[in-house]
Amino acid sequence: MTWFKRMAAPKPSGDAKRASVPSGLWTKCPSCGEVSLAEEVSRNLETCGDCGHHFRLDARHRLEGFLDEGSLTEVAAGLLPEDPLEFKDDKDYLSRAKGAAEKAGESEAFLLAKGRLFGRPVVAGSFVFRYMGGSMGSVVGEKIVRAFELGAEARCPVVIFSASGGARMQEGIFSLMQMAKTTVALNRYRSVCQPYISVLTDPTTGGVAASFALLGDVIIAEPGALVGFAGPRVIEQTIRQKLPEGFQRSEFLLEHGVIDMIVPRPELRDAVALLCQHLGAR
Amino acid sequence: MVSRELEFERPLLDLERQIEALRRIAAGTENLASVVAPDSDGTGDLAGSDDLAVSSSQSLEGQIALLEEKARELGQEVYSGLSRWQIVQLSRHPDRPYIRDYLDRTFTDFVELHGDRAFADDGAILGGLARFAGVSVMVIGHVKGRTTKENVVCNFGMARPEGYRKAIRLMRLAERFQLPIVTLIDTPGAYPGIDAEERGQAQAIAESIDCMASLTVPVVAVVIGEGGSGGALAIGVANRVLMLEYSTYSVISPEACSSILFRDASHAQRAADALRLTATDLLGFEVVDRVVEEPFGGAHRDPLDMADRLKRAIKQELAELKGLDGEALRLDRYERFRRLGRFEESGHADRRNGHSTATNRPGSQGQS
Ligand SMILES: [Zn+2]
Repeated sequence: MTWFKRMAAPKPSGDAKRASVPSGLWTKCPSCGEVSLAEEVSRNLETCGDCGHHFRLDARHRLEGFLDEGSLTEVAAGLLPEDPLEFKDDKDYLSRAKGAAEKAGESEAFLLAKGRLFGRPVVAGSFVFRYMGGSMGSVVGEKIVRAFELGAEARCPVVIFSASGGARMQEGIFSLMQMAKTTVALNRYRSVCQPYISVLTDPTTGGVAASFALLGDVIIAEPGALVGFAGPRVIEQTIRQKLPEGFQRSEFLLEHGVIDMIVPRPELRDAVALLCQHLGAR
Repeated sequence: MVSRELEFERPLLDLERQIEALRRIAAGTENLASVVAPDSDGTGDLAGSDDLAVSSSQSLEGQIALLEEKARELGQEVYSGLSRWQIVQLSRHPDRPYIRDYLDRTFTDFVELHGDRAFADDGAILGGLARFAGVSVMVIGHVKGRTTKENVVCNFGMARPEGYRKAIRLMRLAERFQLPIVTLIDTPGAYPGIDAEERGQAQAIAESIDCMASLTVPVVAVVIGEGGSGGALAIGVANRVLMLEYSTYSVISPEACSSILFRDASHAQRAADALRLTATDLLGFEVVDRVVEEPFGGAHRDPLDMADRLKRAIKQELAELKGLDGEALRLDRYERFRRLGRFEESGHADRRNGHSTATNRPGSQGQS
């Protein structure tokens, strides 16, 4: 597994990422109960070395691990939210957004980058779930559009890692329209005949699932990821009964024919590269 | 019957009923005692004496004129200052015209086409061929019902994946025969149920949006009632998007928004204001292209007139799109949706003179 060896090498930005590890030095796996060194879990891209449980992985760490080492160049980093609705609950939207940025250590809910995958150019983006639940507003929509535009320009594959509760309520109708905006851009990107690989991570629901995320040429999900249109709570309220175990999880989706495959995180890089090769990317 | 009236409609409707009653008396078809006094004890203000009815039709005419004036003023007062929440209620009015009410009047020669050719025929989405302004078109829209029986079939307008897949099938059919497409949007949202999830609700909606992005025929979408989130947008990616005056279009219902923000659904009124979900709001945001005025008091007060107004509006929009060829129509749709969004872009090498923020944005600092 060249993947593991490569990841094992200490990375310059590694220290900043430590902050994403839940409880300091040690991490307890909620699935198998094993306690491991946080650093080791981090090196495994936030997966349990024992049972393979997938923790949430922050966007920057994810893209750095996915792309060839040192090849990541962030794109469209200057995009910031506005408040077209002047949306107010107990806090106004822009101060809420500011708080979210501080908490997440990212300026918005999507991180877009150009880079290389085994030496080949690729555009890759990842949702920042810690920023307002990875919700999609105008900035996220614009970045995803630019991902497809960059991919078309460079004639290279586009890979998007989704982790989102859906549309961002505070931008109202503009958030809803991002579903259409991202999809018309994807539709246009297809004319260059390069693959768009959609990777669904935990959780991917609502307006993100119901637009570009489920329109990949190939759709991959990480193990155990919750993926669906309506969230489980909304469904339970509607039908007034408990949902069965495993409902809306990756394995359920694979069984129901909604996705192409489930790939554990440490194998994603190899899997995506192979797919891009098959689909004719340079 | 009375339960179908909205609270803010009632004072005006009561007045109108009084006027109507007086008219019947004036026309000599009824006597006074039989019509006045809704209080049931027969002692309403105007009742009590046959003399009044007989004495002069003159004063009766005067009464009517007076009440009519009062009704006009009251109507003006109520409908010029509707709150967003009142508009939400109008958009869901139980007597509001639904898609089937338009089929015979706005269109002619309608032929319904059923099924998604894979799983089922979803009663929540209706589609078929129709004649419109001299040409054949494909009509697709959400179905709502008025009776329990109707609502069982149409699931209160909440479509399942097979509904969106039926829409996709019909859009592709229209594409093949180069027929314009008209969609009528009226849904609380896509159905959030186990079966819908099992069959790929999110994928079906995404696919429908994607399908509309690639069409090379003119597409006009009209929100005729509730434009509920992704389930509405699924058939809303059109060259021209219209809204009826008292329809709404929103990323989330005011009730759901309220329960997220304020922990219970009772602040829906506040949430409706926060969401800015009316036709006027959305025209201001340039998310919709045109607002179709409704008859006084709302579409349900005069469904036939509404159907005619809708027809005129769609006809104009289709006429304007007529000059564009297939690729131009597709490009037009792309550009229309590509520019939707409001954000700032701070100094960056990658910065572009965005499609994004050039539209007038009062109160925005960033000049991108
Ligand atoms: Zn474990």
